[in-house]
Amino acid sequence: MSRIAVVVFPGSNCELDVQWALRAIGAEAEMVWHRETDLSGFDGVVLPGGFAHGDYLRTGAIARFSPVMSAVTAMAEAGRPVVGICNGFQILCEAHLLPGALIANRDLRFICRPVEVEIVDTATVLTASVEPGAVLTLPLNSYEGQHTDPSGTARVVARYVEDVNGSQDRAAAIANEAGNVVGIMPHPERSSEDVLGSSDGRLLLESLVAATERIPA
Amino acid sequence: MTTDLAPEEDALTESGDTGGEDEDTLHRRLGLTDAEYQRIVEILGREPRPAELAMYSVMWSEHCSYKSSRVHLGRFPTEAPWVVVGPGENAGVIDLGDGWLAAFRIESHNHPSYVEPYQGAATGVGGILRDVFTMGARPIALWDQIRFGPLDNPKNRYLFSGVVSGIAGYGNAVGVPTVGGEIAFEECYSGNPLVNVMCLGILRRDQLVLGTAGKPGNVAMLLGAATGRDGIGGASILASASFDEESATKRPSVQVGDPFEEKKLIEACLELYQKDLVVGVQDLGAAGLSCAAAEPAARAGVGMELDLDTVHVREPQMTAPELLMSESQERMMAFVEPSKVDDVLAVAAKWEIAASVVGRVTDGSRLVVRHQGEVVADIPAASLTEEAPRYDRPLGEPAWMEDLWSNRFKHMTAPEIGPTLLRLLDDPSIASAAWVYEQYDHMLFLNTIVGPGNDGNLLRIKGTEKAIAVSTDGNGRLCYLDPRRGAARIVYEAALNVAMTGARPRAVVDNLNFGNPEKPEVMWQFRETVEGISEACESLGIPIVGGNVSFYNETDGLDIYPTPVVGLVGVADPYPKHPPRLDRARAGMDLWLAGPVDATDLAGSSFEKVVYGHVGGRPRAADGTAARAAIDLAVALVSEELSPCLHDVSDGGLAVAVAEIAIASGVGVTFEYADWRHLFSEDPHRFVFVADPAHRGRIEELGAACRATLTRIGEVGGEAIVFTRGTRTDAVDLDEATTTYRRALPRRLS
Repeated sequence: MSRIAVVVFPGSNCELDVQWALRAIGAEAEMVWHRETDLSGFDGVVLPGGFAHGDYLRTGAIARFSPVMSAVTAMAEAGRPVVGICNGFQILCEAHLLPGALIANRDLRFICRPVEVEIVDTATVLTASVEPGAVLTLPLNSYEGQHTDPSGTARVVARYVEDVNGSQDRAAAIANEAGNVVGIMPHPERSSEDVLGSSDGRLLLESLVAATERIPA
Repeated sequence: MTTDLAPEEDALTESGDTGGEDEDTLHRRLGLTDAEYQRIVEILGREPRPAELAMYSVMWSEHCSYKSSRVHLGRFPTEAPWVVVGPGENAGVIDLGDGWLAAFRIESHNHPSYVEPYQGAATGVGGILRDVFTMGARPIALWDQIRFGPLDNPKNRYLFSGVVSGIAGYGNAVGVPTVGGEIAFEECYSGNPLVNVMCLGILRRDQLVLGTAGKPGNVAMLLGAATGRDGIGGASILASASFDEESATKRPSVQVGDPFEEKKLIEACLELYQKDLVVGVQDLGAAGLSCAAAEPAARAGVGMELDLDTVHVREPQMTAPELLMSESQERMMAFVEPSKVDDVLAVAAKWEIAASVVGRVTDGSRLVVRHQGEVVADIPAASLTEEAPRYDRPLGEPAWMEDLWSNRFKHMTAPEIGPTLLRLLDDPSIASAAWVYEQYDHMLFLNTIVGPGNDGNLLRIKGTEKAIAVSTDGNGRLCYLDPRRGAARIVYEAALNVAMTGARPRAVVDNLNFGNPEKPEVMWQFRETVEGISEACESLGIPIVGGNVSFYNETDGLDIYPTPVVGLVGVADPYPKHPPRLDRARAGMDLWLAGPVDATDLAGSSFEKVVYGHVGGRPRAADGTAARAAIDLAVALVSEELSPCLHDVSDGGLAVAVAEIAIASGVGVTFEYADWRHLFSEDPHRFVFVADPAHRGRIEELGAACRATLTRIGEVGGEAIVFTRGTRTDAVDLDEATTTYRRALPRRLS
């Protein structure tokens, strides 16, 4: 069984949910405090949502300097799965593991509701188990959720069906060139069971778990 | 610090001249009456020192001491076999079975939110969270009950948007979902908005922590944010006095919140409980350090010594009274055995929160405070709490009640059904609140299985078959027209809302928002309200386990409507695997009404208020037997999975209830009625639901078994909301109804 690290920064708040949803599909998911510097026992890593370090200064701007981030970077460079959800996506951009930045939503209001996203790239660790073109219902929960990428190099993995927050190219998720580092703004773990209203997010988490099992340690 | 509170600041400076003639003005400025001052002199056998006077002024404030309400609150039923902790602690606690407990509380932050809406609302959230995690519970959900003046006034729009932003800004960042609540608009709240917040947490029985100092020798440790000059005397200056045009000058009495600090404090405290490192815990809220020392000492029957020089502060040169009265947020007091102090410091260091040893528990009963080597206070700890004044204030039925009751609206002609429905759907108190709750994280923790936009909310406890249902309800207009009947009806409404999620009602917390208690009319409203809530709770067999009283909700002499708000908690075990929601009606299903189909009473209804601007007549009294029948039927329908969608008949009556199902589910409905009044009456204990026609037989059996009146009034389908009476048909296009309902708030705010 693969082991996935769920990084906990002071101010993270979705770590328990991610752990719950990963364990529900048979993965081993363990919390890793942001001061840890060694992720060698893990096959993949998730940076969960929340408000790391209070999101003070700028979302993710302090978190990128947390001790754990050098190990996260090493993992990304080794080709292992690295997924950032919501605040985790913001941190990956601040750490330059993904291009662009996340800025305030176009309407300058926090948005918490399920939205539809179309999976447009299935060659990544988060989307390999999904049919190309599939439309998933996933809950969005962010204020700084608008992705902008002046370089125009972002590899879009999922697009909002409707333009909900002004994201460039309607990007809801993007990946690095190798497809092993993915940032996604909506929360797959929040739609991982029917009783929560949708289980579409489970497909994404299953892709992640499969990817951690594929890649040799 | 230069603030508009400068005179008080001067008076509180110990180095200043506080002897003789000045003391008289000092105690009044701190909100104490001359008689209360004399009582302090009697207790101490001497004139109080400035720091002592500061402590009495906050602890004896209306907000902290319940001095005007306490004589009436004894009326509440508070006992049931499942009550673990009743009123008097930081939060009420009930047993959910299998070792699980729920801790919950409701609080108001009305005046701070008027003075500074963002911070006022934000710190209201922070405060109620601390009340709950003080008990050892992890807070899992928040509800917000907010009331404002009409939105055509720009000041009200500013207050409303500011409060919503404050709740979102703090609640989302602290990582506790806001899963429900209520918004309402009435003229009487223009100068005095109401911001009530409820929080619920869950814990295992062995994690329960109480606000006790424990044994002599224990160490008092202050955890969390540094103490500053914010919120000095918030309890006495803001929360316990009436408002006027000068109120903006009270802004420095509003605290400033830091949700990140609170998040770290929650996690650190939960780790302390898990490692069994603390004897007791008390949060620092109203009255700050004074309260956090006095209450746990009084509860344990011990004394305490505090050394103010060890308090970690944000600014130097704070005086002893300032340190004792500060309401700086995100602070907790922990009582620890001496051998465990180092372990507590280690947990605090891990979570990056400050911690300092500020005192110790002593034999005897005195609270002794030292500052810069001198004793600045030496008083009986219990005198701050148990010997606080109690007033049996004069009360009398307002002269206006008879006029109100006889002022029934004369409906000479029938209204046009379609336009009337659209008008009601456009009313901000009835319309979709999505603009509000979509700014709140309402999904965190993956517990929310019936979320906002429904009558009650249902939160599962992961890894179990249990779920907790909550509904918060208030109706100021109804309580103005008859406080006793109105208060009883909101309890029954909340109970029915909880039942429609499949849960059984278990316990209540209440937030009693009233005007100036020095007016006999207001005290009468208060007494009647307590009576109405008590009667309803007794009839349902559920206790009140906690609450809050907010008086002095008046501005320029104008009192608000008496506005009790209840938070009712229920339990579903096992919880429904297909939880009923408003959006689950489908074409081909039957539409049913539970409860009398021929309700004609319109007194106090939204229909009379919204369409005619009329507020008068005496609303119908609740009926406990009918209420219990409706509750039994709703629970049975959900637990047997006979109905995927139930909705109570309340604001706007049957027409609005049916329209809301159609809008949420995106499908039309057609139904019959006999008299137009039946469409808009808000008579209690009624709900509509949809069900597959295959279930008709079983549903009728259940109706008979529960002794509930049941009528099949129509069917789901089509693209319009269609009302039929004989050969007459009125129809409202579903798209138009939906747009009206969803745009009502955003179009007024943009």
